[in-house]
Amino acid sequence: MTENPELRAAVAAGVVGSEESFRTLLSAIVEVARSIFGARASSILLLDTASEELVFEAVVGEGEDTLLGTRFPAGTGIAGWVLATRTPLVIEDVRSDPRFASDVAEETGYVPKGLMAAPLLHEEGALGVLSVLDRPEQTLFSLQEMELLGLFANQAAIAVDLLLKARKAEALLAGGGGELEVVARLAGAVDVLEDEQRDAGFRLLRHLADTLGA
Amino acid sequence: MSDVAAHTWDASKTALPAWSLPKDAVGRIALPGHWPERVSREWALDGATGEGVRVCILDSGVDATHPLVGELESAVSISIGDGDEVVAEEDTVGDVSGHGTACAGIVRRLAPQASIGSVRVLGPGFTGSGNVLLGGLRYAIEQGFDVINMSLSTTKKPFASILHELADSAYFKRTVLVASAHNMPVESYPWRFSSVISVGSHEEADPLDFFYNPNPPVEFFGRGVNVEVPWLGGRTLTVSGNSFATPHITSICALILSKHPELTPFQLKSVLYLTATNVGGGT
Repeated sequence: MTENPELRAAVAAGVVGSEESFRTLLSAIVEVARSIFGARASSILLLDTASEELVFEAVVGEGEDTLLGTRFPAGTGIAGWVLATRTPLVIEDVRSDPRFASDVAEETGYVPKGLMAAPLLHEEGALGVLSVLDRPEQTLFSLQEMELLGLFANQAAIAVDLLLKARKAEALLAGGGGELEVVARLAGAVDVLEDEQRDAGFRLLRHLADTLGA
Repeated sequence: MSDVAAHTWDASKTALPAWSLPKDAVGRIALPGHWPERVSREWALDGATGEGVRVCILDSGVDATHPLVGELESAVSISIGDGDEVVAEEDTVGDVSGHGTACAGIVRRLAPQASIGSVRVLGPGFTGSGNVLLGGLRYAIEQGFDVINMSLSTTKKPFASILHELADSAYFKRTVLVASAHNMPVESYPWRFSSVISVGSHEEADPLDFFYNPNPPVEFFGRGVNVEVPWLGGRTLTVSGNSFATPHITSICALILSKHPELTPFQLKSVLYLTATNVGGGT
């Protein structure tokens, strides 16, 4: 891929601001999930395959100020089981489970009583876990909620896949010595212009491309 | 002509093809007992305890010290050796997540006399190693368990054909493989194979209620919502998911087999159908 300048330029253009956009999308997904279930918190954990750790990529509700970026071993806890078996799980009274990653929760002063977790599946792999913490206690869990959880997890998996692709593209650009960052900044600057200015910007870029024989 | 002559088949000298049934052999394969007879829920389950049936929990390990689980016949952990061979060692770790303990607890509650063995295919640092899963299943089949509870699946396509062979091998060795269906729209295995008994969840409270699904690939629904189960540390949790419906069907299979050990997996599945709550087992 690095041998193809056109592709690299396209990658550069696509990468601008994408990390932030996809993070915003992840936050929106957990926010809606929390709201729909009437839960106290919701989060997306992403698998870091290099370190075999789960990382909080999006958190809303309890713990949102402290948990973002926190890591724990992927083989531990209920999220670890969900990730390894690619199977959704719902548990009430999580405090009874000593394997629940309560250290992290207790640091924030919040220990959930209930947890719904579903794997983020993409193609043949599991990218992470979507968790919804503490639904209202008075309502018994139903299969309809399980289905809903699965739908949110699918949506989150797509967003996470885009985020991971953007990160790969960023790494590719960084590997190119940084020259392409100029192209990326230029494409990004033109892209945010409005109407006539935007048209003029792209005309200019096209002329530049023609002049350079690109 | 000589070629044709060379292929002339002499029935008096040559055995029949391996998978045929000669006239004089029909009597030899007559089944003992009174099968078929009217198959009812009473015929299938009444008085059954699971005694004499060996159930394998292929999962995260089992905590045998939990009072709701009790003694295990065996507990091994599976790993892959340097030469890619499957290594089964005595499991000194127990349960790494609580899930296997929950499954074993359901079997113990419903089929109290069944003998339970644990084959652990999950562990610290695991992120879904398909090879360990396959190795564990192969090991469990070799051990001749009557029923293998598999509340997990793999989404990795390269493993599908091997899993398919293993599932068929279990079927013909009279080992019933009860596998959890995926309740998300993804391709996963082995629950989609017809040689296994695939399980989804229903929301009823009776643990012996189970339903036949006339629209497969999921064939049966077991109790899978708001189920009380043993967990790590001697605790009890309320859990939901197809992975908990599966040990309910596993237990029902163990109960039927303890009363009718002569049943093959094909016949057992037929009995499940005939006695399902929405077929002949409803009150």
